[in-house]
Amino acid sequence: MNWNSWSEFFHMGGYALYVWGSYAAAAVLVAGEVLLLRARRQNALKQALRAVKYGKAEKDTDSQ
Amino acid sequence: MNSINWYKYSSPATFYNLAGRLAPWFYAAAALLSVAGLYIGFVLAPTDFQQGESYRIIFIHVPASWMSMFIYVVMAVWAAIGLAFNTRLSFMMMSALAPTGAMLTFVALWTGALWGKPTWGAWWVWDARLTSELILFFLYIGFMALQAAIDDPRRADRAGALIALVGVVNVPIIYFSVRWWNTLHQGASVSVAKAPSMATIMLTGMLVMAFAVWMYAIAAALSRARSIILERERNSQWVAQMLESKV
Amino acid sequence: MMQTAFALLRRELMLAMRRRGDVLTVLFFFVIVASLFPLGVGPDTQLLRLMGGGVVWVSALLAAMLSLGRLFASDYADGTLEQLVLTPTPPVVWITVKVLAHWLVSGVPLILVAPVLGIQFGLSTEALGVLIFSLLLGTPVLSLIGAVGAALTLGLRGGGVLVSLLVLPLYIPVLIFGAGAVDGAMSGLGAEAHLSLLGGILILAFLLTPWAVAAALRISIE
Repeated sequence: MNWNSWSEFFHMGGYALYVWGSYAAAAVLVAGEVLLLRARRQNALKQALRAVKYGKAEKDTDSQ
Repeated sequence: MNSINWYKYSSPATFYNLAGRLAPWFYAAAALLSVAGLYIGFVLAPTDFQQGESYRIIFIHVPASWMSMFIYVVMAVWAAIGLAFNTRLSFMMMSALAPTGAMLTFVALWTGALWGKPTWGAWWVWDARLTSELILFFLYIGFMALQAAIDDPRRADRAGALIALVGVVNVPIIYFSVRWWNTLHQGASVSVAKAPSMATIMLTGMLVMAFAVWMYAIAAALSRARSIILERERNSQWVAQMLESKV
Repeated sequence: MMQTAFALLRRELMLAMRRRGDVLTVLFFFVIVASLFPLGVGPDTQLLRLMGGGVVWVSALLAAMLSLGRLFASDYADGTLEQLVLTPTPPVVWITVKVLAHWLVSGVPLILVAPVLGIQFGLSTEALGVLIFSLLLGTPVLSLIGAVGAALTLGLRGGGVLVSLLVLPLYIPVLIFGAGAVDGAMSGLGAEAHLSLLGGILILAFLLTPWAVAAALRISIE
């Protein structure tokens, strides 16, 4: 074991700022990307649904 | 290899469904490998003699920078395939990879700076690897900016492909010139990205994390590609049919 | 084909002469930017001498980039570019001619004015000579690579900034070897290696970039 306690682990031999700053940034960016991807997908689905709906509406008016 | 009809998967509709089924698996693989890699890096790997605990940044810095370069090459491969065979899906994959590649490049730069500060005393060192990574970041941003500036999807695809190919050809030249520049204006003789003698366990940790990042990149790219397909194909039959049930 | 090439070259040069203003503004931009650096870092002669090669080179880079707007834009706007694409002359030929004309009009003036700027930075005579020679080898490369960027961004909004974003990373090796040559001359380590590499890049660029420009024009126009 490298560390004898959790507080030693978080302290990272005095380098906590650098080590955790690195991993935190990576985690934030990855989480951010995943969230943005989800938002993009939902937006794309919404736009596609709208395109389908208006496609249907046009078909209905044509038949009148 | 011969029994798979590859051309089937070059249709956006088929790929859309395939990507949808595959992406979760790649996300899961990324998560599992990250846990394993970080366990190796933080629990199994010993403290470094010279750098203390700060060296543990390599378990994210090095995989991110490896992947940032690898993704750019893969983008260029898709670009070449798209230009050669005129397949839209190739271009979509190329575009889907770019933001993830750019993000990983940024992670490499950020973590590189945070590693440099305790090790070399400065937030930024102009060593060959970090400087080349910075230029790679510019190449990614340029690619994305060019695609964003073009409205016509076909032109955006092909222009992006061309700049990606021009970029990938230049990367070795840029790296060579930056190495040259760095050794001439000699300051630090050891590059920030190189840990002196790598114990096997440290290398293993880096490799596992590299795989984790690779799996994540594939998942993110597949996911983004699906959105790109939806955006471009929203007026087509197969999308209408697929969404019929949801309307 | 040589006749077509010469005719095109003459046309390009004539058009540039009619728009002397465009050419001169780029030249003055070069001078102003180079003069900004001492204002930014202070008049310490030692420091300026060390910086001189790099500053003149960066200023040349920026000036070259600004001048790229002239390369294809006006021909694209009035339809001449489409006509050129349709001619039986291989695109690689007339593209090379256009880039040559661009260099003669935008690059050569930079080479001629650079020594004056070099003197402002206190460069030695030998360094000045190397500066001129490095720009002689380097500015054609800037025009060639810049042409790819200009061709890709034809008619796009975002204009000059977008071209800069695309082209500046690709300019970096030229900058490194060009400024490095001047440094080499100043420090006594010699500039041959840098100049040879610059020459190699020039040959490579001359052989390869016209094809890339042709491809880029096809992509932008059709």
